[in-house]
Amino acid sequence: MDPKQQKVAEVWERETAIVEGVDISGPWNRMFGQRVIWDYTPNLIEEIAQLPGGESFAWCYQCGKCVPVCPVDLVGDYGPRKLYRRAQTGISLLDSPDLWLCTTCANCLRVCPKQVDMIQIMPAAREQALLTGRPVPAELQEALENTAKYGNPLGQPARKREAWVKDAGIPVPILHQIQRPVEWLWWVECYPSYHPRGIDASIALARIFHALGLDFAILGREEKCAGDSQRLAGERGLFEMLAEENIRTLSKYTFQHIVVTDPHALNAFRKHYPKLGGQYDVWHYTTLLARELPKLQPLLTKPLPYRVTFHDPCYLGRHNGEYDAPRQLIQALPGIEFVEMLRCRENSYCCGGGGGGMWLDSFAAGHQRRRLSEERVLEAVSTGADTLVVCCPYEVSRFEDAAKSTGVEGRLRVRDIAELLAEAMGLIGEGAA
Amino acid sequence: MTIVVVMEQVPDVAEELAIAPSGTDLDRDAISYVVNEYDEHALEEALLLAETSGDEVVAIGIDATGELDQALYTALAKGAQRAIKLTGDFEGTWLSTRTAARLLAPVIEELAPRLVLVGVQAPDDLDGQLAPTLAALLGWPHASVVVGSELVNGMVRVRKELWGGITMLLELALPAVLGIQAARQAPRYVPVSRVRQVMREASIEVRDVEVTSDLAPVPVRLRFPEETGQAELLTGSASEIADRLIELLRARGLL
Repeated sequence: MDPKQQKVAEVWERETAIVEGVDISGPWNRMFGQRVIWDYTPNLIEEIAQLPGGESFAWCYQCGKCVPVCPVDLVGDYGPRKLYRRAQTGISLLDSPDLWLCTTCANCLRVCPKQVDMIQIMPAAREQALLTGRPVPAELQEALENTAKYGNPLGQPARKREAWVKDAGIPVPILHQIQRPVEWLWWVECYPSYHPRGIDASIALARIFHALGLDFAILGREEKCAGDSQRLAGERGLFEMLAEENIRTLSKYTFQHIVVTDPHALNAFRKHYPKLGGQYDVWHYTTLLARELPKLQPLLTKPLPYRVTFHDPCYLGRHNGEYDAPRQLIQALPGIEFVEMLRCRENSYCCGGGGGGMWLDSFAAGHQRRRLSEERVLEAVSTGADTLVVCCPYEVSRFEDAAKSTGVEGRLRVRDIAELLAEAMGLIGEGAA
Repeated sequence: MTIVVVMEQVPDVAEELAIAPSGTDLDRDAISYVVNEYDEHALEEALLLAETSGDEVVAIGIDATGELDQALYTALAKGAQRAIKLTGDFEGTWLSTRTAARLLAPVIEELAPRLVLVGVQAPDDLDGQLAPTLAALLGWPHASVVVGSELVNGMVRVRKELWGGITMLLELALPAVLGIQAARQAPRYVPVSRVRQVMREASIEVRDVEVTSDLAPVPVRLRFPEETGQAELLTGSASEIADRLIELLRARGLL
């Protein structure tokens, strides 16, 4: 060892010492001289903090407020404070499985007095890991490759993106076919276009829009993934490529507003497309339908005898501040009994799908006692609810799978708000027109 | 020293395929292309070899689709040092493997590599002729269905898959041509931002080449497989389904 790095530079100790009548002879009066602390280096903290977006990693002062609100810590061993501490003790975030476990749910940022911002740190660190050739969990790699190749993470052909329309039972105008201006451009997104349960919600929503007489159209095969979760998973380049293509496509058409099914698309359009030149007036469909409630309410004629609870999507609630619209819609449903879960609104739990978590399910499950989605459905069941209401397309499939794997399948149905509204309007389900 | 990897784009079978009105080719306006998955493995194996040997990896391909640039830029972003595309008046047509080998061989010879890695097969080369044909034209040794390789003492030692999971270890004098079945590890991921950076900074060398007539067979007709049967979904209660299964198995003399 370097003699300059002696652990204790100097020790003073008097064999005999009596201070104000108290005998503190020997080790009791031992004093240590100044020393240089070398047990911890700031290098691995700096490794993250020097990345654009990673700066706030170094601001952590270890208060630990983030850990009890972290949805990942509840089922594992996580939290921004712990990541900082691990970096301090020699574990590089870039090489740790921790890198892929954050869902960017933003509950830590809500309580952090130092504004340590994992929403910016995580994509920066992940991008650095990708750029330096560190291995990517295989399921995430596949989703990213699919997105680059097909414009959706499911690896489905682009031209099938509008295939669900033929089952909608009502006309769903597609812009490249109608070639006229519309008031609302409906950004359907990937899972609502391709996933069977996503399509159920899309059909329900299309019928609601139609029943309201909304002037809307979709992009169909010209739409590509908005790319927000890929960005948060570290693929900024892929996000920019998708955004540039989508902005180019949108510039071909005339519309007044965009309505999105997916809160992740809402987040991308509101916060990140403007930086690339895409400025739009973007609404989540729950916000739009809540505004239309005076017209919608008289159409909600069929009572639904359900006891329901509601899961706030992180990217609708915490990230974009919309907590009320979904609740207004639920409470407008006739016959419904609405109960809140303990963790709701600003402190809502996370389904585990955000920030790329949608494509890290098996990987994350290997580092957690149970999936976040499983934790959440058990919480939903504990309220006595028989229906878990969602309004983010990641959630229907995640929670339905979780209900199966936790054995509560027969006790909890998972429904998109659009599905319940359409059911109460008699547009889907038994006796639908 | 140099390792050459041959990259080919093939129709993406995730998309629906359509046959052109001529009946002898796919409808090339209606299909999209991906890199042949075995070529992705050949590239990965080449990059792994080069990581220990320090060789220069050169990716080359025949641009029969007009879209090969993307594949070559991706190869550069993954770690290839040079990319060469061969262009000619064959764009939008189908080249036989034999024709392709004749176009590639002189360019490869000029690069004087010590190894040439190609995918063991491709959707339009299911019989895996590219590697052996190239080897024959170049007069070099060849091994196909390779699942791992190593450069040792001026030779290349390869593991070749036989049947039933049996593999054999071979040594080939250099230069040699290998048909790669699988790289030692899954093909690496390259972030799009790296590909985009490479597209700004690197360039692809272009060589004009000419197709000469050869003995390649001429397609007469292309067709989709004819449906000969279909799955039957059994419905009903578990015991009803079980009864029906037993009945079906008995009818076929299996029980």
